[in-house]
Amino acid sequence: MAMLNFEKKYRVRGGTLLGGDLFDFWVGPFYVGFFGVTTLIFSVLGTAMIVYGAALGPTWNIWQINIAPPDLKYGLALAPLKEGGIWQIVTVAATGAFVSWALREVEICKKLGIGYHVPFAFAFAILAYVTLVIIRPILLGAWGHGFPYGILSHLDWVSNTGYQYLHFHYNPAHMLAISFFFGTAFALSLHGGVILSAANPKPGETVRPTEYEDWFFLDSIGYSIGTLGIHRLGLFLALSAVFWSAVCIVISGPFWTRGWPEWWNWWLNLPIWR
Amino acid sequence: MKNIVLIFAGVAAVLLTAAMLLTAGWTSPPIQTVQGGFRGLSIGQLSTKESRHVLQLANTLPDPIDPAEAGGKKATDVYKNVQVLTDLTEAQFNRVMLGLAAWVGGEQGCNYCHNPENLAEDKPYTKIVSRSMLKMTRHINKDWSHVIKSGVTCYTCHRGNPVPANIWFKGAPPKSGGFAATNDGFGHPNAFNGSTGLGEDPFSGYLDAKEPIRVQSTQALPVNFGSSIQDATRSYGLMMSLSTSLGVNCTFCHNSRAFSSWEQASPQRVTAWHGIQMVRDLNINYMNPLLAQWPPNRLGPTGDGPKINCATCHQGASKPLLGVSLAKDWPELGGGAAH
Repeated sequence: MAMLNFEKKYRVRGGTLLGGDLFDFWVGPFYVGFFGVTTLIFSVLGTAMIVYGAALGPTWNIWQINIAPPDLKYGLALAPLKEGGIWQIVTVAATGAFVSWALREVEICKKLGIGYHVPFAFAFAILAYVTLVIIRPILLGAWGHGFPYGILSHLDWVSNTGYQYLHFHYNPAHMLAISFFFGTAFALSLHGGVILSAANPKPGETVRPTEYEDWFFLDSIGYSIGTLGIHRLGLFLALSAVFWSAVCIVISGPFWTRGWPEWWNWWLNLPIWR
Repeated sequence: MKNIVLIFAGVAAVLLTAAMLLTAGWTSPPIQTVQGGFRGLSIGQLSTKESRHVLQLANTLPDPIDPAEAGGKKATDVYKNVQVLTDLTEAQFNRVMLGLAAWVGGEQGCNYCHNPENLAEDKPYTKIVSRSMLKMTRHINKDWSHVIKSGVTCYTCHRGNPVPANIWFKGAPPKSGGFAATNDGFGHPNAFNGSTGLGEDPFSGYLDAKEPIRVQSTQALPVNFGSSIQDATRSYGLMMSLSTSLGVNCTFCHNSRAFSSWEQASPQRVTAWHGIQMVRDLNINYMNPLLAQWPPNRLGPTGDGPKINCATCHQGASKPLLGVSLAKDWPELGGGAAH
């Protein structure tokens, strides 16, 4: 793959966290690095274990393949390979691959001399996954509380977990997470819309500069958050959605075992109107 | 002015946060989970050491009463006006009366149902009611598979109280007016609907009649209008009350991926189905016919008599009295558990 002449400017040596110069090279367009190698190893291991688990299972139907966690009786110990052990290895591999990818992003940021916003944001996604399959299972005392790896089976897990607390929409952190997810989509659509409206004009018309975007919102709602601000807001909304998602599941079980509707009795029992 | 508003809002926020964090009743690990289905399905029941302790205290057993000596005269030969316990000996009959005084009589003991001047008299009204309740107890023990292993005694529901702690009446029609005149009883969280905004009275029609509880679609995609939202909320309210009554979550009986599917449900759902049929039978054939007997203070807001739901026996435990069978020591009350 030929390199364009200006690309050399961005392909600088150094900035690695581990491995020094050993893996400090590119393969085609991709930076490798120590963590690129570990990402690859973990990904291949995890994928191979999933394929192995599928081969042991009753179906190759992509929707129905199910790599389930161990029975609760194994607690936080290692389970036999065919009774959840595969799930445990896949979990280690997935976590390893995700963290490696984030650290590879850090190395790239260091090379470019830019901020760590992207790995920071990705870390929230990793946090959500780790909360589901590591933190919450540890708090509940068994790996069997993690979700199974399978397209339909993980949806069954989500559904049943919700109904273990009768009505999950009453979970206050779930409410916040949903609101932030909606808020993220809303802000992104407004932002995408206003950029396209100004920067992608009809043939024959000129691109409008940034202040036109500001003026749209000044005229319509009296306030524009600005060009930098909208990206700060977008990042905040998205990370808040993921953060509260992680909170809403980690409190379900370890810190609340009954129906979520009942949680709101603190509100009904306020001394003002009790 | 702005500062005052800000201070007021800040104080309110701090107080609400404190109330939320301190009074909501949060738990903390260790949590015990009983797995209910295949691994990874997230079917199971959660409890804490504290919640199990509370349940244990709420299900203390009554003092045992010595078995009746064998033989002797028949109760009908000794006492007047014996109509239900006609098959018992005098000793057995007296033993049942001792049980009733302890389990149901409350502070008044025998006099809650008897005129001490004349025990044979059919007054007060509670005497008539208790006769019907004895018939009902024997009917449950003899005819209902729902209780086949444990059986029931008066104590299962009464727990020493003249009126069981968990009963229900038909909900009063909504009192609201104006724009809120048709709230259909919604938006009033109570112990029956699991503190949700579902209907206040999820029982009428389902537990005092035989309305089908079938709102779940049996197909993945909608093919017609299906159940009405009123029926859906009502049946969900009923299910909430079942959960609360038994101290379990939805996955005790259901695999939520297909609520209606019996193939994917746990065996407990079959038991629960028979329990619902039993409650209907008891309300229709034993509780409703007593309507004429109740004094006004025993009637509900719409003038109906007290009725049974799952909580009447279960009282927060998936097996009443945590599965301890009292009926096995009470052949006088009939049933398979005693044999």
